[in-house]
Amino acid sequence: MYGWIWRKLPGGLGPRLLTAVVLAAVAGVVLWYAVFPLMEPAVTLDEVTVGK
Amino acid sequence: MAIPWDRKIDAYAEQVRVILRTVGELSITLGVILMLFCAYLLWGTSAYTERMQLVLQQELTEEKPKDDKSGKIAKIELGKAVALLRIPRLGRDYKYAVVEGVDQEHLKKGPGHYPGSAMPGQVGNFVLSGHRTTYAAPFNRIDELRRGDEIIIEAREARYTYRVTSQDIVEPNEIDVIAPVPGKPDISPIRSFITMSTCHPEYSAAQRLIVYGVLKKTEERKV
Repeated sequence: MYGWIWRKLPGGLGPRLLTAVVLAAVAGVVLWYAVFPLMEPAVTLDEVTVGK
Repeated sequence: MAIPWDRKIDAYAEQVRVILRTVGELSITLGVILMLFCAYLLWGTSAYTERMQLVLQQELTEEKPKDDKSGKIAKIELGKAVALLRIPRLGRDYKYAVVEGVDQEHLKKGPGHYPGSAMPGQVGNFVLSGHRTTYAAPFNRIDELRRGDEIIIEAREARYTYRVTSQDIVEPNEIDVIAPVPGKPDISPIRSFITMSTCHPEYSAAQRLIVYGVLKKTEERKV
């Protein structure tokens, strides 16, 4: 999978490395700010009230 | 048949390798994402709480909402600031605005006050819940509170000093701990209590850690 993506990236080693880092960063930001907030309510590791 | 057997087997083996490699890569990716998610739970969620705390603490410094007829303080709406909580044992900077309500959306903002339980200083039980590990984890260290420690509630009208009386670990359905007289649901209260609850053990929803206190001192604020 990653080999396939790597081969699709344009340019030589430098531009490819840069694009790969940018792609990873974009994936991280999307997860952190969009996906994780949606996942968080389903995780009940911090239930604090009584009688509910 | 033009293709010899050994080449067919080579092509088959290559396919298996590709599938195995992809499965492996996806598994590692999933693992990294889960670790990132844990980091988000522990630290990422605090950013929201800190932002909301600024809003709530600002609310507390503004004009108090008055009920025109009685002159008393109007009922606080869900999601609004109730009072400022200080616990000197947990540090001089320990300061959280308590929010009205204990639903998920409220507890994300800070420690929440059970609607319907006593207000600060009133006779009855002032009941608070707060996160232990996520959303800035305001109640992370309340297990360190000892008998006699101060819990200070700075409401708009007065400063109430409660003192810790005891601690307990209970099952999540033990509603008696938040009764007007903690643990004694059949008795009507003549004193002002405070009850704080959070999850126990840390990172678990199995039980609840409860800290009890009783009102010792009330200092009216000069208007």
